[in-house]
Order: sequence, then C-alpha cells, then structure tokens
Amino acid sequence: MSNWEKQITAEVPRLRRYARALTQNPSAADDLVQECLERAWGKQTQWQTGTNLRAWLFTIVHNCFINETRARNRADEYLDQVKQSETGSYSDSNIELLNLQQCLQRLSQEHREVIVLAGLEGLSYQEIASVIDAPVGTVMSRLSRAREELRTLMAHPIPDNVVKLK
Amino acid sequence: MSDMKDKIQDYEINAYVDGLMDANEREHFERLLKTDKAAFEKVQDYQKQNQMLHQLFDSVLDEPLPEKMRPKKKTSFVATWQIAAALILALVGGVIGWQIRDQQGTQLNLMVNLVQPATLAHHVYRSEVKHPVEVGVDQQQHLVKWLSKRLGKEIDAPNLTAEGFSLLGGRLLPGNNGAAAQFMYENTKGERLTLYVKNKDEKEQTIAFRFHQDEHGTRSFYWIDGDLGYVLSGDVPREQLHKAVNSVYQQLVF
Repeated sequence: MSNWEKQITAEVPRLRRYARALTQNPSAADDLVQECLERAWGKQTQWQTGTNLRAWLFTIVHNCFINETRARNRADEYLDQVKQSETGSYSDSNIELLNLQQCLQRLSQEHREVIVLAGLEGLSYQEIASVIDAPVGTVMSRLSRAREELRTLMAHPIPDNVVKLK
Repeated sequence: MSDMKDKIQDYEINAYVDGLMDANEREHFERLLKTDKAAFEKVQDYQKQNQMLHQLFDSVLDEPLPEKMRPKKKTSFVATWQIAAALILALVGGVIGWQIRDQQGTQLNLMVNLVQPATLAHHVYRSEVKHPVEVGVDQQQHLVKWLSKRLGKEIDAPNLTAEGFSLLGGRLLPGNNGAAAQFMYENTKGERLTLYVKNKDEKEQTIAFRFHQDEHGTRSFYWIDGDLGYVLSGDVPREQLHKAVNSVYQQLVF
C-alpha cells in the first residue's frame, strides 16, 4: 500500500460514519463511500500536499451525495424501517436516539449535513465551508438554523401516522 | 432580551458547543451564560445533539472495513479482471497446448522407440527359417530367466496355445534404452506372431491397447503396463490378433 493509499484508508472509518449519518442507511452509506474512494484513489495529483486530506475526502462524499438522486428515496425507505422497528420496548435513551434519527431525516439535506459535519465529525467552520463550497458565514448561519430546527423537531416528536404518509 | 449589551449570539453558542473558542472566549461566554437561561438551554440541547450523534454513529468507526473499500493492488477493477482473464486463458491454453504437445510427444515416442523397432524385428525374424529365435522353446526356462535378467524386470513368455500359437523361442534385441526381448509364436499354418517387450521410457505413462498397421500390412497392438512396453505383431486378421493380445495381457497381469 502506498503512503497515499494508507492516508486515505485511515480516513475511511470517518467517511463511513459521515455517510451513515447523512443517509442513515448502511448500504447506501457504504455505496457513497465506495464511490468517493474510487474517485479518490487515482487523484493523488489533484490533492495538494499540505492541504486538508480529510476535508478533501468529505468534499467528495458530499458531492457524491448531492449527485445521488436516489438518496432521498433510500433515506425514506430506511426511515420506514426505523418506524417499523419502533414497536418494541425501548429505554428512554433509546427512544431519544430514535427520535434524533427521525428528526435528522426530516431536516433538509443541507441542514442535516452541517449538523453532522460540525457536531459529529468535528470539522471547523472553515473546513465545512470548503466541503459544501459555501462561505464561512453561510456555514455559521445555516448551522444555527439547522440546530434550532432539530431542537424544535425533537421537542415535538411527529406522530406515527404523519410519518407513514411520506 | 434582559441583557441588551451582552446578548448571546447563536454563532457564539455554536462555537462554544463545537469547541471552537479559546480559553478566554470560553470563560467570557460561560459567565454570560449564567444570566441567559434561554441560551443556557440551547447550549444544553445542542450539546446533547452532538453527544447523541456520537451515540448513534460512532459504532461505525469500529466496523471492519469492507474489502471493496481497500485500495486495489495497483490496478483498477477492470484491469484486474482483464489480467485475471488473460491469466486464465493463458493457463488453459498452456494446459491444452501442453497436453497436445505431451500427447503428440508421447505418441511419437511410442512409434519411434516401441512400435517401429518391434515391427522391424517382426519383419526381420518372422521369415527366418533357420534361426527364427536365439533360444528355443526347449530352453524356455533359461530363455525367460535370461531375458528377465537383461531387461532387469521379471518377464515371462505368455502361452498362446489356446489361440493356436505355440512358442518358438525368443531373442535379445537392442532397444532405444537398453535391452529388448522378442518372443516368437507360430501356428500350424506357419503364421508367426512376435511379442516385443522393452522397458518403457521415463516419461511414458501406462496406456491401454493401441492398434497399428504398417505399410506391409503387419498389424500390431501395443501398450504400456507397469515399467514395460509391449508390442504384439502379426500378419493375421485383426480379430485374431486381438484375441491373442487379450490373452497375453491377462497372463502378464496374472
């Protein structure tokens, strides 16, 4: 394995986590990561040494996700699965986690993305700006709105029948 | 709205939650937070969002990497496939080619080193009236012992009386890889059969009966069994020769 391949491979677990949080569907997420990797392996020349490899890879995943026209449908399918699995008994914390999962899914893709990139992946706002190709100011205001929206949604769990109508 | 001067901004809440403040900023922010209940609740909820995101998705980090996410060995999938296909083709071609070569080689070897010397000896000695054999049947024990010793293998002269042929005797002949033995049989019509026996060549494998007819019309069955190659030749109909060869074979394998 070349040094380049080692560096990329080291980032793969985080790319998968990011993709999982974006799509909430393990297989769709892995497809996304694989697509990203296939683009990345041969592109050493396009990546400038010294720049942020992680942000660069997240950017590729982001672009693949946007291009993935069926992502929305897949996410909806998965959401249905989540709903169906909800009938069992859960501890309070599990119910809260399920609530977060569902509410994340109800966010727009743009809002979900900044929340995941900042809150889960710990990217700086500058890095997020380069990933989503937007000014830092936009990242900050979008993040504020996204988190507040998620907070509101979580405080008011949506009734089952409304979700099923999607 | 109670504290107009130091109203906490949303971007500050986010920066705090995301750990992007330095020590001074953090200290200042936390002091303000004590007086802003709404901001305090936001911070708590946002922190909980982040914490729960980790709870939901951190397990992915520990999942083993699927093989498809590992770098391909220097080549793309297509190239790998092509190389694999080419290798398989080369291998199959090689095996087939080798088999053909081997078969052809073996067959050629058999003809040159077994069948042709046997039929040549058959032609030379079948018509010999005075000295068709070196050692006559009257010394059969000696004949068999002698030829066995020269070939380095235990051989015996099969009995073909049931097929109408009696043993005349035998002789020692030069073979391509050492000594060869010839036994000669004759029926009441004066037709003669010869059985040629020699050590097989190193590469040769056991083969079942094969039939050969030379330009003089002499028919032969030849085969390899154990370490020895055999050729039974005669100027008799194929059916008759076939009966004889079966008898020879059965006697040789006991």
